[in-house]
Amino acid sequence: MDTTITENAVAVRNVYKNYGDVEALRDLSLDFPKGQLTSLLGPSGCGKTTLLKIIAGLLPADSGEVLVNGKPVTGPGPDRAFVFQDFALMPWASTIRNVAFGLELRGVAKSEREAVAEKYIAAVGLTGFENSYPHELSGGMRQRVGLARALSVNAEVLLMDEPFSAVDEQTRRKFQEDLLGLVQNENKTFLFVTHSIEEAVYVSNQVAILLPRPSRVSEIIRPRGFRNKDVDSIRRDPEYLDLVDKIWASLKSYVE
Amino acid sequence: MKIFGYQLPNMSSLILWGLLWEFVGQIELTFFLPPLSAIFATLWEIGGTPAFLKALRETAQAFAIGTTSAIVIGVPVGILMGKNRLIDELLLPWVNIFLSAPLTALVPVLMVLFGFGLKAIVITTALFAVWIIVLNTRAGVMQINRSLIEMARSFGASPFDAFTKIYFWAALPEILGGVRIGFIRGVKGVIIGQLLISIVGFGALFELYASNFLMKHFWAVLLVLFALSFLIAEFLAWLERKVEYYAASRN
Repeated sequence: MDTTITENAVAVRNVYKNYGDVEALRDLSLDFPKGQLTSLLGPSGCGKTTLLKIIAGLLPADSGEVLVNGKPVTGPGPDRAFVFQDFALMPWASTIRNVAFGLELRGVAKSEREAVAEKYIAAVGLTGFENSYPHELSGGMRQRVGLARALSVNAEVLLMDEPFSAVDEQTRRKFQEDLLGLVQNENKTFLFVTHSIEEAVYVSNQVAILLPRPSRVSEIIRPRGFRNKDVDSIRRDPEYLDLVDKIWASLKSYVE
Repeated sequence: MKIFGYQLPNMSSLILWGLLWEFVGQIELTFFLPPLSAIFATLWEIGGTPAFLKALRETAQAFAIGTTSAIVIGVPVGILMGKNRLIDELLLPWVNIFLSAPLTALVPVLMVLFGFGLKAIVITTALFAVWIIVLNTRAGVMQINRSLIEMARSFGASPFDAFTKIYFWAALPEILGGVRIGFIRGVKGVIIGQLLISIVGFGALFELYASNFLMKHFWAVLLVLFALSFLIAEFLAWLERKVEYYAASRN
């Protein structure tokens, strides 16, 4: 076996998905290497969220299969955790209960799950807000709660559906930097849906460009040179700038 | 409300209407309306009597059992209707029919089915209260944020978990609104039950006082009933305000 090939945490094989007469995904195959961040990038309506939800097991594929660590996906599972675009926090629950909710559903005892939740609340920088309710937090803080919830179930694969699109630009930049840290330290596989070219190139080990109607993978781009550089110098890196330009050139014709 | 720069206390209008009532009563316009002060005097007189306390107990018991069953049945049924298209299609016509049906007309049928005792009165009360609870709960569940449901599923919630940990709480503001209106309708139900089925409780008192033209007594019992249902409704409205913060931030 060739050891230079990275193992795939998630493999999508020949997936088709129709919504009535609309063909959303046609014969889509894509690999997501373990321990890396792969972005799904494309114009709106290109089915990237559909693909993510099929991988999450929230939507069934019409045909084809999704493998997570070699096992076919039949529904949601503890090996995957989802981060939602609109945060999906329970407004009646405090930060700590929201973060511990995944563990609560698994039947973990209260003291134990709250200890885990405390740890991840601290990890996302929300110490002191354990007993706050979502309506008392800013948009950025709410998404940190959503992120802590996904981390606390310790899933190998994190599925992030445009997680930063509902927060302001400065918060978003901070999130992107923090995300790079997470990818390096957490040893998890990240699947990241975004419609921002800059964001995709900035955070990804691999960018899969999807083209719409029906969706297929048109290109896979792997940034090489700047991945291990300091977070502050990435945006000035020539390779970063070239990739952003190149992707824009190929997507431009699909933007109405 | 402010008049001439003075902040009037809440429900000042009641004082005005009370004064008008007293005035109309004092000029003896009609036997139907004795002066308010005389009614309160009568209330003071009969309020502590064993007959009154027994009636209060009987009414409170039937009301409590009836409305509790209405909640226990109405909330889960409403959640199921909001969740499941098929159940909704099946049940919604019936809920709407019973919501607007003249339920009083059904009471004789209930008597045939369930006898003349407490059971029939409790069922009448529940029947008055349950439909609006079902309908409000359904409305609450139908506007739940979809991604909250996906969130629960993706973290492995069983249908029962989703039911008790997401649907119920997300719909709680609407459920409480439905329960509040259901309770008010239940007050009507319990009195109608006690008037028509077996002459017990406050129903019996109304019957007794009205047929003997004891209008002071009649109004005294009515005021007690009004005060009780007002207190219950205000308590539920207070609960509703407590969960309001998340009704607004839910979506």
